[in-house]
Amino acid sequence: MSKYAAVAEIPARSMMFVPASNASMLSTAAVYGADAFVFDLEDAVSPREKDSARLLAFHALQSPLWRGLDVIIRVNGVDTPQFEADIDAMVRGGAAAIRLPMVSDAAMVRHLDDRLTEREQAYGRPPGSVKIVAAVESAAGVANAIAIATASPRLSAIALAAFDYLVDMRAVRSPGGAELFYARCAVLHAARVAKIAAYDVVYGRVDDEAGFIAEAELAKGLGFDGKSLINPRQIPLLHRVYTPSEAETAKAEHIVAAAEAALAAGVGAINVDGAMIDNPVVDAARRVIAYAAAGRNR
Amino acid sequence: MDIERDAIAGTLESSDVLVRVSPHPVLEVDLTSAVEAQYGDDIRQLIDDTLRRLGVQAGRIVIEDRGALDCTVRARLEAAVARSTDQPLDYAALGEA
Repeated sequence: MSKYAAVAEIPARSMMFVPASNASMLSTAAVYGADAFVFDLEDAVSPREKDSARLLAFHALQSPLWRGLDVIIRVNGVDTPQFEADIDAMVRGGAAAIRLPMVSDAAMVRHLDDRLTEREQAYGRPPGSVKIVAAVESAAGVANAIAIATASPRLSAIALAAFDYLVDMRAVRSPGGAELFYARCAVLHAARVAKIAAYDVVYGRVDDEAGFIAEAELAKGLGFDGKSLINPRQIPLLHRVYTPSEAETAKAEHIVAAAEAALAAGVGAINVDGAMIDNPVVDAARRVIAYAAAGRNR
Repeated sequence: MDIERDAIAGTLESSDVLVRVSPHPVLEVDLTSAVEAQYGDDIRQLIDDTLRRLGVQAGRIVIEDRGALDCTVRARLEAAVARSTDQPLDYAALGEA
């Protein structure tokens, strides 16, 4: 297989939160069709249900219902009494990734990395196998985004979370999102420097489909790989935004075919309809094809 | 692990299970389930296995099932037992990684 024919790997588009204290949602959410699910032990769980939610997440992780699906666990923050128990239980339970909330500096990521290493060793899991999604939710986090995104080889993604960030910034959410523009760009730059995925904020007005689509299109246009979601109705809307049109897909296939022909012929330069293109354009075309395939699947 | 005081975990919502535990000289399990006719034996077996794994030998366990998955039954039962004692849960003993 040529390097151009290789299927592009694209990150999850949708990162759907599921409250880990809610047995009904944990029993049904697997069918919603999100690319990734986040069992939430943090904000969605009241302090007196933290223990029970941790146990539900632990057993759900091992349930046939969730086997084969991309499940991430949002643990409680490093400075909370639940953090150590959350990490211990989730590594034991087989979690593939931990979403760490309220990350304000690289030290927090390194602390989680150390704890994961210790627990992986204790439970016989391969070192470095549990990935990290760092959620940036403060001015400090945004300012330190590059240091955070490059703090550990475990980092698979960085996510911006708007609610606490806007409180920290004394800003107010607006339909256009001007108040989030700097943070979005800072997080995106950090993700691209670290070569990891970037996730845009949750859109809280679940009944406003037009507003959600507009924000998803903005996020996609800026370069985000997807969004964090709180309502399953937003999953197909988001996936539609990320699915290329037939014309875009056909153009991408044309570019990749030309690149493969050039490679087969041993020609260095790739000619598409009389114009020379270079490898980044081919890579982008491969991603378009991958997104089209993902769109066909769900 | 002994049941040292009354404790409760779970809810009566659909797909959940409410577990109440209390001190009792012998082990006594009282199950009511919306799916008892079809799955009663399986649920009882699951409860017995979970209590054995936790080392519970005595106590009154009242379980009201609303069609919960196995993973939910186990989680709620373990939560109730853990809340009834001062011993922290040992996740290493609870499941396979």
